Amino acid sequence: MASPGASLKRFGLPAGLILLALLFPFINEVLGANLMFPVIVVAVYVMLALGLNIVVGFAGLLDLGFVAFYALGAYVVGWFASTHFSGVNFSFLSALPTSGSLPGIHVSFWVLLLAAGAFAAFWGVIIGAPTLRLRGDYLAIVTLGFGEIIPRFFVNGDDIFGYNLTNGTVGIKGIDSPGIPFVPSRGWQQFGTLDLNPWYYTILVLVLVTVFVNIRLRDSRLGRAWIAVREDETAAAAMGVNLVTTKLWAYALGATFGGFAGAFYGAFIKSIFPTSFSFNVSVLILCMVVLGGMGNIYGVILGAIILQGTNFYLLPQINIWVHDIGTALSSPFLANVDIPKYNYFLFGAILVAMMLLRPEGIIPNRQRQEELREGDEDDSATEITGAT
Amino acid sequence: MPPEAVDGTPKILEARGITKVFGGLVAVNSVNFAIPERAIISLIGPNGAGKTTFFNMVSGLYKPTSGSFVFGGTDVTRLGAHQRARLGIGRTFQNIRLFGTMSALDNVLAGMHTRLKSGVLGSILRTPGVRREEEEARERALELLRFVGLRSRETFAKNLPYGDQRRLEIARALASEPKLLLLDEPTAGMNPQETARLTQLIGRLRDERGISILLIEHEMRVVMSISDRVTVLDHGEKISEGSPVEVREDPRVIEAYLGTARTG
Repeated sequence: MASPGASLKRFGLPAGLILLALLFPFINEVLGANLMFPVIVVAVYVMLALGLNIVVGFAGLLDLGFVAFYALGAYVVGWFASTHFSGVNFSFLSALPTSGSLPGIHVSFWVLLLAAGAFAAFWGVIIGAPTLRLRGDYLAIVTLGFGEIIPRFFVNGDDIFGYNLTNGTVGIKGIDSPGIPFVPSRGWQQFGTLDLNPWYYTILVLVLVTVFVNIRLRDSRLGRAWIAVREDETAAAAMGVNLVTTKLWAYALGATFGGFAGAFYGAFIKSIFPTSFSFNVSVLILCMVVLGGMGNIYGVILGAIILQGTNFYLLPQINIWVHDIGTALSSPFLANVDIPKYNYFLFGAILVAMMLLRPEGIIPNRQRQEELREGDEDDSATEITGAT
Repeated sequence: MPPEAVDGTPKILEARGITKVFGGLVAVNSVNFAIPERAIISLIGPNGAGKTTFFNMVSGLYKPTSGSFVFGGTDVTRLGAHQRARLGIGRTFQNIRLFGTMSALDNVLAGMHTRLKSGVLGSILRTPGVRREEEEARERALELLRFVGLRSRETFAKNLPYGDQRRLEIARALASEPKLLLLDEPTAGMNPQETARLTQLIGRLRDERGISILLIEHEMRVVMSISDRVTVLDHGEKISEGSPVEVREDPRVIEAYLGTARTG
């Protein structure tokens, strides 16, 4: 039986964190901290990082193009919950009061959320299929290619044989708010821009579902097959693991969460542009996974919070402070320096430091730690066999 | 078991004219070969004779250049490794290939992959069926670890002592419930006591579980003591086949191992 300490760690800590997350909007209100917006954006990245963790952390497939699924999810919402297709007039379970008279397609966000996940999963399989025979560096390069193709497609998709599918660099604007079907949009049901609580609780539920699915998958038959494939493809195949379906499941399930995150983000931000889905985002998500600890669910969440928190909240905040100091000291340099501009410099430095000091991540996966410390372990293993 | 009895029993595997060419090198040259049910067949030969290549073709990791494999009445020549594992061909590797950072128990559970049915949705929801299957799988895995004489369950495979790693590989292969088990130098690097225990274990696999075994082995004491039949490969060709005693006294085998005798 598990000791009280172990069960506290197993149930107590998650329960405490969930309680804290549930109460966060009240805490934020009481403190007047105004943190809702950055926290929601960070939560979107937690979801993305957990999705990528399935591909990179569990199945060991290095994916440098994960942003593609985020973009696909966002564009599903952009296409089917806005006035973009103005030639069509279609509405399905939409909560918009004027949906009947508005041009364009207006499908309920909740339907689109599922559709975005499925659409991303479909593309996960399509993109995954050609990479099945590749390993390591080669796999990374091909996924990098796909990660570049998809934003390019959205940039140039405003003129596909004369048809405007993506509205190019202008992007899609005026995306519908979620709302609740059949319920008049009043109060929180509006998912407005002033009251962010409904958005917060929506993404919180999505993150919790993602964490739950991650944990269940990790401990399943498929999860074992992923680790087996990551460890030794040949041996896994000889044990009866179908490499093709095992890898495609990883791509599809990882992409699903990318699609969910994209759909939420599209509805939340209300305007999507191809530039929001550049290669940098793929790298950032990968950094979150690596920084936190590949394969470790808590580590990945922490990695996402640290990196996106720094990016989205800490750096702008420091910028304001530095500007204040600069003004007080009448130093033109400090008063005008643009600190958020240096975010990738900072991330680069953090990563280099991490790789040198703690390559297994902040909260390492027990297995990954062993893999990275392989050199030391091999020495001790030799000693043992030498002794027998 | 006398050779007549072996010849009378039905065959679990038949290899017909198996040839494998790597570039210009003929690694295995039109080998005909059969493994009867419930028998231990040893494949011996000097280094580079093509034994492991032949093994890799039986387990489906390599495709033969020509020839065919019939396993349990089915032509499996075109099937991949995982499909053959599902049909009942299990194996171990000469250079141990465990899933190093999985626990001993998880290695065995991973070996059980084809015998479990849990789907993705079922695993996420952890339905009663999935829960029961996982519990039963765990029980069977523990039983297999006991069968091969391994006490560590939670230790990472790579941290196990060498002999235990060899035994764990056998447990993992047994988890896939093979009808034919391929063992590639299972006693390599073991001390005499460990070798004796493993030899006994291999015998029990045949006698208690009815598994046919194809064994590559350099330790002649092992080969001679437990094999029903021995096949000798040299330069990719089958040069001798028969009971251990017949093979041991075959001049061609002696020549292959020791070179041509100059003096009587």
